[in-house]
Amino acid sequence: MSRRSPEPLVWLLFSGGGMAAALLVPVLLVLFGLAFPLGWLPAPDHAHLLALVGHPITKLVLFGLCALALFHWAHRFRYTLYDGLKLKQASTLIIVVCYGAALAGSAGAAAVLLMA
Amino acid sequence: MIKMEVTRFRPGEDDAPIVQSYEVPLRKEWAVLDGLNYIKDQLDGTLSYRWSCRMGICGSCGMTVNGKPQLSCATFLTDYAPGPVRVEPLRNFPVIRDLVVDISDFMTKLPKVKPWLIHDGEVPEDEFLQTPREMDEYKKYSMCINCMLCYSACPVYALEPEFLGPAAIALGQRYNLDSRDDGALERRDVLASAAGAWACTFVGECSTACPKGVDPAGAIQRYKLTAAVSALKDFLLPRGARR
Repeated sequence: MSRRSPEPLVWLLFSGGGMAAALLVPVLLVLFGLAFPLGWLPAPDHAHLLALVGHPITKLVLFGLCALALFHWAHRFRYTLYDGLKLKQASTLIIVVCYGAALAGSAGAAAVLLMA
Repeated sequence: MIKMEVTRFRPGEDDAPIVQSYEVPLRKEWAVLDGLNYIKDQLDGTLSYRWSCRMGICGSCGMTVNGKPQLSCATFLTDYAPGPVRVEPLRNFPVIRDLVVDISDFMTKLPKVKPWLIHDGEVPEDEFLQTPREMDEYKKYSMCINCMLCYSACPVYALEPEFLGPAAIALGQRYNLDSRDDGALERRDVLASAAGAWACTFVGECSTACPKGVDPAGAIQRYKLTAAVSALKDFLLPRGARR
């Protein structure tokens, strides 16, 4: 592989995404999926959450999580299509669709967060 | 007694591999290899397979036992009682005869990672001193016996025969992580190629199959991080500051 190949970069995004998702998503799921709805913890009200999401650091963390997790998915799905479905002949199309979807999703996440 | 179903292929006689069944004594201390030796000595002298040390060191008796890549000397017949035990050649390799596979692909790839110490500067006159911690860095990877069970287990190698493969990359890492070695840069073009570490999709079957606890999958993922960081440095830093 040439030294200019993007593979190391997309792998770093994949790797970082896996790590970020594994650390943060379970916490968010337990809090917002179980602890708040079931009343284990007092649920924050809407204004409180909106203020929290409005903080630049929260926005940055949430954007990082969304973008990295999407690139993690893109990389994994690309190789699932390559090896699992044996579609490596269509690799250019697969690369464009997978990483394109991750880019579009990240842009969407950025837009939602900026509007919050 | 236990039934062993052994895959036979005799070039010139068989058009395709066939299965032949043999009844061998089921003894508690007998490995699959002892069963094969019994067949060869007592039942059918034409059966061909590789073996040497009988103690998990030589790495020659790798076979597929009940669908899994195993060292036949370290796999006991009693674990498969009442049987039958299916013995096939290692998967992902061309069969020469019966259970003997052609390992030349691995033998060509192995020297490409330069699995030896490459030392810049002077070699000390006496011992090459190393702390226990420095040794722990690579010791696990140095346990490889080149048995190729990891290649047999690897689905990526099955799909892409040009893949450098688990053992070769782990051995490259074994030397890269050795405090006495300065060869990481020389190994990089091979290890960090498309057919090298980047071809691995971290299925992890190699580490499950390894009879020596080498963990090639872990070695490859560690190398990916090293290679990715070097690639980023290449991209971001001026020429003089790389490495």
